[in-house]
Amino acid sequence: MRVWKFGNSINTDLITPGRHNITTDRRELAKIAFIEHRPEFAANVRMGDFIVAGRNFGCGSSRETAVSALKECGIEAILAPSFARIFYRNAINQGLVLVVVDEKFAQDVEESHQLKIENDEAVNLTTGARTPASISPMLLALKEQGGILEFLKNHKIDDIGRLVS
Amino acid sequence: MSGETLAQKILSEHAGRPLSVGDMAVINVDYVLAHDTTTAWAIEPFRQIAAKVFDPKKIFIFFDHAYPAPNLQVAEMHRKIERFCREQGVKIHYDGVCHQVMAESYTYPNTFLLGADSHTPTGGGIGAMCVGFGSTDAAVAMATGKIWVRVPQTIRINLEGKLPLGSYPKDVILGIAKELSSEGANYRVVEFGGSAIPDFGVPSRLTLTNMCAEIGAKTGIVPADSQTRAYLERQNRYQPFKELRSDDDALFERVLDIDISKTEPTLACPPDIDRDVPVSEMEGTPITQVFLGSCTNCRIEDLAVAYKIMKGRKVKEGVKFIVTPASREVYEQGLLNGFLMEFSKMGATIAPPGCGACLGRHMGVLGDDDVCVSTSNRNFTGRMGSPKAKIYLASPATAAASALTGKITDPRAYLK
Repeated sequence: MRVWKFGNSINTDLITPGRHNITTDRRELAKIAFIEHRPEFAANVRMGDFIVAGRNFGCGSSRETAVSALKECGIEAILAPSFARIFYRNAINQGLVLVVVDEKFAQDVEESHQLKIENDEAVNLTTGARTPASISPMLLALKEQGGILEFLKNHKIDDIGRLVS
Repeated sequence: MSGETLAQKILSEHAGRPLSVGDMAVINVDYVLAHDTTTAWAIEPFRQIAAKVFDPKKIFIFFDHAYPAPNLQVAEMHRKIERFCREQGVKIHYDGVCHQVMAESYTYPNTFLLGADSHTPTGGGIGAMCVGFGSTDAAVAMATGKIWVRVPQTIRINLEGKLPLGSYPKDVILGIAKELSSEGANYRVVEFGGSAIPDFGVPSRLTLTNMCAEIGAKTGIVPADSQTRAYLERQNRYQPFKELRSDDDALFERVLDIDISKTEPTLACPPDIDRDVPVSEMEGTPITQVFLGSCTNCRIEDLAVAYKIMKGRKVKEGVKFIVTPASREVYEQGLLNGFLMEFSKMGATIAPPGCGACLGRHMGVLGDDDVCVSTSNRNFTGRMGSPKAKIYLASPATAAASALTGKITDPRAYLK
């Protein structure tokens, strides 16, 4: 795995820019991830890579393509001190793991570092730093179900609360 | 026990049981909204879980983000959506930006609107709870008529005093964005109140609630009152409604009191909403384009503000001044009362109603060296085109004054 490091307020226009965001093919979408902001990303990202970012990751437009593109790229998890609401919600539905971590822990991560999420902690294997890793219980429950659509194939939406109660 | 917030009351009503802040609930939705980008991504998820939509009359599909189709790819996306809607008996609306048309013609106070678009909070200006979601949630709601939500905390913003000459609701909300930051209301509901609010008509309120998306809010809302009634009457669709509001002893996470009589014409500098400065600080910066458009600021009232400043003058040579009415209704009003003719004579390019240049897909895409003053809501890098272009967000008045001079210009010079 490798780490892809980003700054604060990475908005969905940077992840899947409007002018390129005109396909409904997930594989095509993966090719436009960060196409202008980080042009080398799409060609080099590998299954199991992590994104570590600053505050308010995923702000801006509601476009779910931002989540779909990063999931299709094989991103294992995104670690950031905070996430924007709609991006967070879209990730919950699709089972893309978003981990809220301490801001200092995120800042200190470098792209050459090795990371691991274990139990309730994010661990920087290179520096030895550890921090509590907060993941939405609904995200974990829906990921286990294979996402909200898989859940709804077998259950009524009224039963969704039971996943986390 | 403390009283209830307005958002809590609306959500409780839609859940059919009393809810507390922090509760998770499955609620009934009154309207499901999606547009030409987000619908395309909702079709496949929808097909995985349902054959027919729960109620075609409660689903509102808009072609606004890139309509008329600017290229073959978009045209094919439109065709795909048209086939889906025909099959499902759902109407497609070709009348302008979804949020503006919903406010003009459909949204009622105290309802819940699920919109697959981040600026869905706009409709909060009618006193409805209008929340932005992604395409998967839109598909779930189209299939079931329901959605799961958590009851959020509320930040209450009290606006006090009167706006000075040259300052507008856009300047107020940019000031709030600076104070709270672009994530300052993350996940919260922003509720507006205070002694200034009864003077704000619904069009002004729509600007305030629209921009709540830019500070991370789940939604923005102005409790419905006599202004809401007047607006619905003007739109020929008034029906009696309860003036729901937060209880006097409701627990707000935070209360902000803002004296709007101190609001100055304000600019959000690129590339973030919370880099706000008085226009006077950037005065004289050369510009190449002015975009008067979007769900934030291109209602007939906004055209009137711009017209008042530009009347009898000409757009500065070399400046591309693009006027994109937010809806067909605004466009037709602008044709009838002559604003659009006058703007055209001044040198403006009038674009068809819709999102236009706001999201950089067509009708005013910015090149590398372009510097744009825009009445829209996002100044992100690359939002309107080239990542090297610069976007300054401002009120229609500042946009109009800047179109006259070719430089960032304080509108007060033209209002004396």
